Amino acid sequence: MRDRNFNLLILVILIAAVAIWIDWPGHDTLKLPLIKGTRDISVRLGLDLQGGTQVLLEADVPETTQVSAEAMEAARTIVENRVNGLGVTEPLVQLQGDRRIIVELPGIKDPDQAIATFRQTGLLEFIDSETFIEPGTVVKTTFGTSDPGPITPTVTPTAEATATEVVTPTAPVTETGTVTPTVTPTPAPEIIYKTVMTGKDLKKADVGFDNTGKPLIQFELQPESAQLFADHTAANVGRYLAIVLDKVVISCPVIRSAIPDGRGVIEGNFTLEEARSLAIQLKYGALPVPLKVVDNRTVGATLGSDSVRRSTTAGLIGVIVVLLFMTTYYRLPGLMAALALILYGLLNFMVYKLLPVTLTLPGIAGFLLSIGMAVDANILVFERMKEEIRAGRSLESALSAGFDRAWTSIRDSNISTLITCAILFFFGSNFGASIVKGFAITLGLGVIINMFTAITVTRTFLRALFDAVGEKIEGKHWLMGV
Amino acid sequence: MFSFAQKRYWYFLITLIILIPGIVSLAVNGLKPSIDFTGGAALELRFEKPVFPSEVRDVFVDAGYTDTSATNVGDDKTVLIRMKQVDEETKAQLVKKVEERFGPVTELYFRSVGPSVGKEVTRSAFTAIGFTALAIVAFILLAFRKVPNAFRYGVCAVVAIAQNILVVTGLFSILGAVLGWEVDALFLTALLTVIGFSVQDIIVVFDRIRENIPRRRGEDYETIVNRSVLETLHRSLATQLNAMFVLLALLLFGGATIKQFVLVMLVGMLSETYASLFTAVPLLVVWEKGEIGGFFRRLFRGRPATA
Repeated sequence: MRDRNFNLLILVILIAAVAIWIDWPGHDTLKLPLIKGTRDISVRLGLDLQGGTQVLLEADVPETTQVSAEAMEAARTIVENRVNGLGVTEPLVQLQGDRRIIVELPGIKDPDQAIATFRQTGLLEFIDSETFIEPGTVVKTTFGTSDPGPITPTVTPTAEATATEVVTPTAPVTETGTVTPTVTPTPAPEIIYKTVMTGKDLKKADVGFDNTGKPLIQFELQPESAQLFADHTAANVGRYLAIVLDKVVISCPVIRSAIPDGRGVIEGNFTLEEARSLAIQLKYGALPVPLKVVDNRTVGATLGSDSVRRSTTAGLIGVIVVLLFMTTYYRLPGLMAALALILYGLLNFMVYKLLPVTLTLPGIAGFLLSIGMAVDANILVFERMKEEIRAGRSLESALSAGFDRAWTSIRDSNISTLITCAILFFFGSNFGASIVKGFAITLGLGVIINMFTAITVTRTFLRALFDAVGEKIEGKHWLMGV
Repeated sequence: MFSFAQKRYWYFLITLIILIPGIVSLAVNGLKPSIDFTGGAALELRFEKPVFPSEVRDVFVDAGYTDTSATNVGDDKTVLIRMKQVDEETKAQLVKKVEERFGPVTELYFRSVGPSVGKEVTRSAFTAIGFTALAIVAFILLAFRKVPNAFRYGVCAVVAIAQNILVVTGLFSILGAVLGWEVDALFLTALLTVIGFSVQDIIVVFDRIRENIPRRRGEDYETIVNRSVLETLHRSLATQLNAMFVLLALLLFGGATIKQFVLVMLVGMLSETYASLFTAVPLLVVWEKGEIGGFFRRLFRGRPATA
């Protein structure tokens, strides 16, 4: 019996040492000889603690319309690509149910811009125009319009083509460039512009800078489209090639010369953010299903860090009061329970880092609440022990009787809490309330870890204590809280 | 021995008195559902100077959002605005208007929920509560299958749980009317947790009764119950105290965001300790002693008996 307890004590101390090692502040990676590479074990904070945006996107089609799983998966990939292009650290893009996508962007500065970027249907067109079109103008194009209206500038290309091909040199192009402003006001109602290319023809799009440091977009075309583009630009020097996103003109550059290699730049009055978001639109093309935002939650970084600070303080105070209470009320056993409770905290934190568990504010509340409940098992045992000691039993037998007889209560009450956690977890998963899920996870983990610390660890400590000083404290009932 | 169970009809009377204000408020005011359930938008702004919420509200009303409310949260520089669902662009425009009038603001929090999502949340909330109740009754029946009349233990536990729910939702209804508190997904989480813990508390007492029945053959049921309650009283109080310490620390020092959540837990815990001792146990005695009929007769005569 003594040997067995000694081995258990060694094991508990080892576990505690591992937990302290893993929990140690700043210890964010784990390197083990058996596992290749390092594992990130930094503490993960939820959006409500570090600030960020959570968006629930839904297929914007009538409820009766079935959305295919492939279309949703494709939409998810596009959204993910767009999100990655935003440069957010550790974003999350997941399908939820059969028509929703959940997007989490931790620590984002401009959520509005970000959402606008990834929810756009992003139909990009290059349209042919004789005149300059003011950016922001809504236009009609030949692409995708169901009503095949008369296409106005149909005859022009061929006529111009011969003319321009002769004048290819750069000089006249600049001339047309300067003339543009004067030609601008051409109110031609109901013009349907010809779509030369769409976003599908693009291979690459990136943000670059011009000589003055202004952001612009560099693009490269698919090989098969490059020829088409070369032909078009060669035939239409001096005409405008407006860039239209979702039927809205973004910029309206003039064709200065033929572009034979399928590479080009789009200049416009962009801010860096706008240029970046436009490049993402170009790169990842159109969504197979239109998406709308049905739930949007943004927590500012200040509110998040304030929450962390406050809940840490609250947690520490709460735990210290519990430790003091246990030690004063149950004396020696209480002190052992307090030690076991500290180990409980260390183990929980270790599991959060290893699994990993994303900590949210309700998650922290769940953990703290589980501390309050963690001592319940000890209290049940100690109350039983006190009864046995009052009945005149020795410390050793009171100890084992206390643990044995409290067991059914501990088991049954913990099962009932676990049932609640399971239901909360599924309830939380149901509608993306990750906050509810966080609470259920930390509380549930707490209950499970508690079974180990409150029973095995406390018992091991108490046995070791009784082995060491049992004779001296036998009969001194006040030490046992009786 | 202190006769705990004998005063049972007094407990029922006290319980009724505790429950009445909440029930009245629930009937009159109902509960204020948050945007989690109805859809809509909430925006928390932090100003650099103290502002009057009503003046901030005017900006939104002037922009055509007549159904907007604004309140201070935390201090007089922070304002929570609740309005109908808006998209990001509209929100950005509205914030710009607020900035034009009151100077720079920081957006602390923004949430916007579509009505269809709200409907789903409501549905799954009711499902969750229903499942919890079923699972718990099933579990109690299983845990007490060897006790005579196990079903009665299950029903008494459920009545005590129902009482807890009534106390907490009643309080929230009152606070909703007085302070404008709304019922959100976190409230439901807290409520479900309270349900889980109620069961835990009731089970500990019932477990003692279960254990004492075969050990004390020949003793009157009431005496066994008295003994069991007294034997578990220390544990109940010590456990509750510890949970209270933690919850009070969270309430006093924790962030404003989870104040309501913590308060639900705190009230739920208090109510749960009360309900397991003064509802579940006395009810069990009433039933076991075959006083159910008499209980209702007394109840309707409105005269509590001290026996």
